[in-house]
Amino acid sequence: MVGLVIVSHSPKVAEGAVDLAQEMAHGYDQLVAAGGLDDGTIGTDAVRIKEAIERADDGDGVVVLCDVGSSIMSTETAMDLLESDITVRIADAPIIEGVIAAAVSASIGQDIAAVVADAEDAKSFSKL
Amino acid sequence: MSSKAYDCLKRIGDVIIENKDFLTDLDREIGDADHGVNMARGFEAVIGKVPEDQEDIGAAFKTCGMTLLSTVGGASGPLYGTAYMDSGKVLAGKTSIEKEDVSAVFDAAIAGIQKRGKAERGEKTMLDSIMPARDAYNEAIAAGEDMIPALEKACEAAREGIEFTKTIHATKGRASYLGDRSIGHQDPGATSITLTLETITNFLKEVK
Ligand SMILES: Nc1ncnc2c1ncn2[C@@H]1O[C@H](COP(=O)(O)OP(=O)(O)OP(=O)(O)O)[C@@H](O)[C@H]1O
Ligand SMILES: [Mg+2]
Repeated sequence: MVGLVIVSHSPKVAEGAVDLAQEMAHGYDQLVAAGGLDDGTIGTDAVRIKEAIERADDGDGVVVLCDVGSSIMSTETAMDLLESDITVRIADAPIIEGVIAAAVSASIGQDIAAVVADAEDAKSFSKL
Repeated sequence: MSSKAYDCLKRIGDVIIENKDFLTDLDREIGDADHGVNMARGFEAVIGKVPEDQEDIGAAFKTCGMTLLSTVGGASGPLYGTAYMDSGKVLAGKTSIEKEDVSAVFDAAIAGIQKRGKAERGEKTMLDSIMPARDAYNEAIAAGEDMIPALEKACEAAREGIEFTKTIHATKGRASYLGDRSIGHQDPGATSITLTLETITNFLKEVK
């Protein structure tokens, strides 16, 4: 199944997003949080993101959801640091809505293009 | 005795750490008040990670870059991290620096920053100091000057680059949220890169 990585400056945001998505996708265990720095400081860490991608992958590729600013740059750096050949896509989607949609999509076995599309659809989902 | 590569990075780290509050205050004006804190945290880790006896400048720069990637936290982490890692590649195996190496490092660092940040000159970033610095360096070398005077011209151009960043608004990074309100303030990244260049120049002047 496609794996999911949540990149946020805040470790709490990343872990919380994983918890929320997990509720919707029971038994799906390829959701990995990569928030903050190793010591819990607010920020993004390319090495930590790289390791999260490796953990989330089972061969079907990984979709990454990012928050603002340097999270995209750090994720692109992480992709360059990967030694093994893992397909990684960054979804242009809001983290919370995006990861819920993506987790449901991934947990029913959709391929990486479909998971990205479902995450990105969350952008236009109207709440009211 | 510690290696020149270590001493140089240690000196850069000391200067960044000394200027932590200054850089953070600049980032308070047009960003999120963390550039100095970010860079100082990164270089504290670098000083602990680079082996004191590492003679290979390329290897030392590579370790420096990898460490910055995971400890800086802000945009300057991947930007400086990639710049040091890619500079490390062109310096691999070297234990001293010649004038051609400086040109190659400028090219590698700028290409690395642009690969990550996708910015051009004129967007109020560190590129507005390092790109004119490279041009000034290469011009001076082409005119027959030695490495140190050419580097001094590069530092001068980098300082002028900082002044230039005061006159423009940001279109990349956090400061771009401010629109025209970023005008009048100098860019923190352009400032830290100028400090770095000045420190390297002073260091090379002493060891030559
Ligand atoms: N796309 C870019 N290209 C080149 N330099 C950039 C870019 N974005 C930001 N910078 C540089 O980075 C400096 C800010 O670094 P800092 O460490 O404060 O990161 P930040 O913007 O706070 O990161 P974050 O997005 O994680 O909050 C700016 O002053 C600018 O010189
Ligand atoms: Mg900042």
